[in-house]
Amino acid sequence: MVSLRFTKDHEYVRLDGDIATIGITDYAQKQLGDVVFVELPDVGAKLERGKQAAIVESVKAASEVYAPLTGVVVAVNEALPDTPAIVNSSPLAGGWFLKMTLAHAGEMDVLMSEADYNAYVETLG
Amino acid sequence: MRYLPLTAVERQDMLAKIGAASMDDLFLGIPADKRLPGLMELPAGRGEWDVERLLNGLSAQNKAAGDVPFFVGAGAYRHHIPASVDHLIQRSEFLTSYTPYQPEIAQGTLHYLFEFQTQVALLTGMEVANASMYDGSTATGEAVLMAHRLTRRARAVLSGTLHPHYRTVVETLSRMAGDDVEAMVPAIAGSSEDILAAIDADTSCVVVQSPSFYGEIIDLRPIAAKAHSVGALLIAVVSEAVSFGLVESPGALGADIVVAEGQSIGNSLNFGGPYVGLFATRQKFVRQMPGRLCGETVDADGRRSFVLTLSTREQHIRRDKATSNICTNSGLCCLAFTIHMALLGETGLKRLAHLNHAHAVRLADMLRDVKGVEVLNHSFFNEFTLRVPGDAATLVEALAQAGVLAGVPVSRLEPERPHLKDLLLVASSEMNSDDDRHRLVAAMKKVLA
Amino acid sequence: MNSEGRPTAPSQTTGISPARTFTANRALQQEEGLLFEIGRHDVTGVDLEEPAAFVPRLGGLERAGAIGLPGLSEPEAMRHYVRLSQKNYGIDSGLFPLGSCTMKHNPRLNEKMARLPGFADIHPLQPQSTVPGALALMEMLSHWLIEMTGMNAVALSPKAGAHGELCGMMAIKAALAARGEHERQVVLVPDSAHGTNPATAALIGFSVRSVPAGADGMVRADAVKAALDGDVAAIMLTNPNTCGLFEAEIVAIAAAVHEAGAYFYCDGANFNAIVGKARPGDLGVDAMHINLHKTFSTPHGGGGPGAGPVVLSAALAPFAPAPYLLRDGRGLRLVEDTARDGDHAPFGRLTAFHGQMGMYVRALSYMLSHGANGMKQASEDAVLNANYIRAGLSDLLTQPFGDQPCMHEVLFDDAWLKGTGLTTLDIAKALIDEGYHPMTIYFPLVAHGAMLIEPTESESKLSLDLFIATMRDLALAVRAGEKERFLSAPRLSPRRRLDETRAARQPVLRWKPRAPLPRDTD
Repeated sequence: MVSLRFTKDHEYVRLDGDIATIGITDYAQKQLGDVVFVELPDVGAKLERGKQAAIVESVKAASEVYAPLTGVVVAVNEALPDTPAIVNSSPLAGGWFLKMTLAHAGEMDVLMSEADYNAYVETLG
Repeated sequence: MRYLPLTAVERQDMLAKIGAASMDDLFLGIPADKRLPGLMELPAGRGEWDVERLLNGLSAQNKAAGDVPFFVGAGAYRHHIPASVDHLIQRSEFLTSYTPYQPEIAQGTLHYLFEFQTQVALLTGMEVANASMYDGSTATGEAVLMAHRLTRRARAVLSGTLHPHYRTVVETLSRMAGDDVEAMVPAIAGSSEDILAAIDADTSCVVVQSPSFYGEIIDLRPIAAKAHSVGALLIAVVSEAVSFGLVESPGALGADIVVAEGQSIGNSLNFGGPYVGLFATRQKFVRQMPGRLCGETVDADGRRSFVLTLSTREQHIRRDKATSNICTNSGLCCLAFTIHMALLGETGLKRLAHLNHAHAVRLADMLRDVKGVEVLNHSFFNEFTLRVPGDAATLVEALAQAGVLAGVPVSRLEPERPHLKDLLLVASSEMNSDDDRHRLVAAMKKVLA
Repeated sequence: MNSEGRPTAPSQTTGISPARTFTANRALQQEEGLLFEIGRHDVTGVDLEEPAAFVPRLGGLERAGAIGLPGLSEPEAMRHYVRLSQKNYGIDSGLFPLGSCTMKHNPRLNEKMARLPGFADIHPLQPQSTVPGALALMEMLSHWLIEMTGMNAVALSPKAGAHGELCGMMAIKAALAARGEHERQVVLVPDSAHGTNPATAALIGFSVRSVPAGADGMVRADAVKAALDGDVAAIMLTNPNTCGLFEAEIVAIAAAVHEAGAYFYCDGANFNAIVGKARPGDLGVDAMHINLHKTFSTPHGGGGPGAGPVVLSAALAPFAPAPYLLRDGRGLRLVEDTARDGDHAPFGRLTAFHGQMGMYVRALSYMLSHGANGMKQASEDAVLNANYIRAGLSDLLTQPFGDQPCMHEVLFDDAWLKGTGLTTLDIAKALIDEGYHPMTIYFPLVAHGAMLIEPTESESKLSLDLFIATMRDLALAVRAGEKERFLSAPRLSPRRRLDETRAARQPVLRWKPRAPLPRDTD
């Protein structure tokens, strides 16, 4: 069972079994412009919901990516350091940032559904 | 006022267009009780000649280096600057431009920054260099902070023969930032310090100057090896950039970060500033570098172009998470450096360095004739340490009265180390003639007699 | 996600071909190779004697092998750098309305004075007895700075504005330590602040607490009070602020900050608006840096050197770093030692030697030339010119905080571009084709798509009228939907829009031998 959820800070969570894949949304990559660098955590790092998990940089902006969930990093996207452009071309697929375990299943429930997120983005103009 | 184009009539017209009754109306945002009638305690403006007369008068009170036999160094060196350098840096488009934020109309600046970065990388033996820092001392402070970020440790070990001002700059910054510094006791020229023993698993970096403050040329290789064995970085400091032409590059000896004072190429003494800091490191550390970086790219028509890049490290984007707070750096001084270096080229720089060393060796040999004076160095480039009878500061003062600027008494920079008060740093560059050297030796003999 | 970028690579649709020439030169605009392509390793433009034979004393550490430095003869060097200079825009080229940067005229008298041998050719460590004129000049400059700001002391040595901020914040940290209040670790910074403010605070271990601006672009005393507590060390506030407004509640803010036991650091980047009109010391400021390269006309030089002396209140004056000037029974001298001495408890040292003497001479030459009357007039003209531009454009452009009088710079946002498909960046690039340096864009962050225009007092009315007419023409072209004029801009500059994405994704930071040319790799 796969479920897709979103944060107000424009991260997405794709939960597949007990592993969550984290990345930034299409809206986020458009706001940033051409992504030129991504700094990822180490595998094994403990992430805390709402705290910094990664950094994504375009030419004129640097943005923290916050952990949408609490858990441990089990994989990072090795392709990003060399080809950060995938974040722009394929944010929800090839441009994922990291995979993590989910310490508190309940944390998924407070995240937005795709429909809610799309409605939220509409309000941002 | 000759710098203000508006006439009284124009000001009135403009106020009318704005809809303000008077100039004062434009300043109503200032709380009424804080508005000044003017600067009552300061004099009225002056014509050009009047300003010149006043400043000429102040200038004339100072003993300029060019007027006397001159042997003062200790981190600032007097070398000849080709006439074309000062002409070129005064080109309007260089002098009156801003930091190149609009690259389409700042390719001149960006182009020479790219060349400057390359020259600095080659001189230091490193892979990348930035577009300059304020000076050598602040560059050293920034290098230590960078090493802390890279190693995630917070303890720097400073060689005791690091320039004392540089040491104090690093200590000040570290104390304020809450980081540790261990500054070794100075091992003056001729002796060695046990810096290897101070390096341990908590050490983020070792800072070593070569040629040292006392003029000694330090073999960095064993220090680099020890530092690397515990995961620490070696920061090499060079305060006399001409030495790059003759002394092995810090990069070749294992340095991870090289910082240098670039003043001696293209820049006047200026009583201490403005100067230009050089900062170079390994490619893999580039994202933790402070300061501006210029990179190559293409424009919309595919033409080679240059632009400031990797700016997300910097304060204007990253704010409190920036690698440094530096904004304005040393653009025009770095232009003077790069033009002078381009004029010298490999051939000229090597010859200049050779000449400096030759002059210093000759002077050291001549000073052997002065009774009671001893050259302490095993090795040196263009500056060495003398032990003199009595207080070096008193000697320097007496020599100044006799019309010779003989050098820098170590006590001026190490006032809390009285056992160093008989040490005198003497520098000799290509600017010294045989006559200068004879006058120094003769004056020393006379004063010490 | 907490940040926003913008397009940084030219889109394919904007390409137009330049007029083709064999050389790629365009008359006076000459293409120029890199030093490493035109120089040769066996060429030098400096004639030096060959020293007589001697035994080197380098301790066996002689440099092995070639460095790789190319050399140029003097005629080649002249041509190389003159051609490069012609690709740059300077104040002498035209209006340079870069907000927050105060790009005013650089008097050439200043350059001449700074090159006098008694200033340029003296060593920082030659005996102080041989440089009384230099010390007198520093004292005179200090006097002017203190009088203009109404403060108690000045630390001259900071090398630029950000270095001055560091000096001021270190003095604050030292003063708090002297009070035993080490727990104060927070610095309040408004959203509209220069990036250097939070960067400086963070550099020495403070954490930054943001203070929102009110709907009118000003910081409210109430908002500051709400953010103040026993952890706060200082507030860093720019006044006039980066929106070009004099902070209306600054006196109340200062009082609240002091009441809470904290200090008031003022970013003096915008001092040019108020010289002779108001004194920071009267407003409750504890420390403020002064950019000599902004307010006092020392040249920006393509990014420095600057100079950032810091004026200090009585509370902070004792903590000023070494070196500092002291006049006592022994006369005037520079105290270079950082040890505590009487009333002086220096927090340390910021730089080797004594600071930017070359800039002190230039700034003093400017002050003496203007005098008290001239500097006041300069500030008035700077404010007049900014308001004149505001009045000339306010019907076509939009201002984030409504149409109100500004100080020395006027802030517009991009609301007037909404729905046009054009951005602030496009307006800036179109200005280049019209012969102007663009205004500051996308700063301050509190205005969306900010355009911050600071004309300075150096502009004539004729020059301002032409600039206003140009901006109006651009605004009308936006309304008329002439998108191509903007999207393809600049077309007439030495280079067109650059691929900054490429520069950042594959950084090439130095020339390397036999590197393929960009065209070969495309």
